[in-house]
Amino acid sequence: MINYINQPWPWYVAGPLIAFVMSSLLFFGKSFGLSSNLRTLCSILGAGRTCEFFDFNWKGQLWNLVFALGLVLGGLIAHLFMTSEVAVGISELTIAELETYGVTNAGADLAPNSIFSWNSLLTLRGFVMIVVGGFFVGFGTRYAGGCTSGHAISGLSNLQIPSLIAVIGFFIGGLIVTYLILPVLLAA
Amino acid sequence: MKFIKFLLVGIVFGITLTKAEIISWYRIYEMFRFQSFHMYGVIGSAVLVGIIVVQLIKRFKLRDIEGNLISIPSKTFSIPRYLIGGIIFGFGWALTGACPGPLFILLGNGIGVIAIAILSAMLGTYVYGLLKSRLPH
Repeated sequence: MINYINQPWPWYVAGPLIAFVMSSLLFFGKSFGLSSNLRTLCSILGAGRTCEFFDFNWKGQLWNLVFALGLVLGGLIAHLFMTSEVAVGISELTIAELETYGVTNAGADLAPNSIFSWNSLLTLRGFVMIVVGGFFVGFGTRYAGGCTSGHAISGLSNLQIPSLIAVIGFFIGGLIVTYLILPVLLAA
Repeated sequence: MKFIKFLLVGIVFGITLTKAEIISWYRIYEMFRFQSFHMYGVIGSAVLVGIIVVQLIKRFKLRDIEGNLISIPSKTFSIPRYLIGGIIFGFGWALTGACPGPLFILLGNGIGVIAIAILSAMLGTYVYGLLKSRLPH
């Protein structure tokens, strides 16, 4: 059993579990959405003094920060106690393709070590992918009013058209970067 | 103590996304290159089960633990807001290989530099707050 749990989990286990998490939050009287934590964190740091958007009672959002803390702990538990010897099971095609961009051993870790490390933070590639990428995540999710959890999972589960538009946007943006920007950036 | 349930559900979510490799940059790259079914299976089955749960909640008028009718707040209709905002988030999703949830989970997985991506995401949210009134919604 333990061995089985330590193996990478298939999509048909992960998907229903994600729906279970969303449903649990609904039964707790809350809604599933991680990006609002970014706004709450800004507010706690005092952004409400300079910008009205952050001037709200963030204490009502504390439950969501605790949820996010659970995410960090869950990641830590999986990392420490549930590691598999198997690398990330991406397709051979993806591995071969990334190799041509100079990303070797694709899938050996969760993210390319050569990019997601402190050393690469001040290189063009590292800066764009970590800092600029992070900025887009924060700006875009708040503009769109939600991220993958709020729109793609919660919103689509509730058959909301705005969420469908947002998810189409997520893919347009992701495809533009993956097909036009990443080939240049990874090879740089 | 009333928060402990959120912590536990968060832990389940963090373990699930780690073990199913959803927090991996490679999985997001692979998804956008349409080279595997994995991510589509994850999101598709989550939404399928989610639709059934939400329909049951509505059909049977289920209540939450505080006794209130469960309702998912509806969103005001707009195209530019969701499309432009969505595209900008999509840029970030493909670059970092992570959406907001996985950013926190990656931190737990020991990828420390992700803290910078989280701080940068907070800055992005702050700049959105500053520009909000001037953007099409």
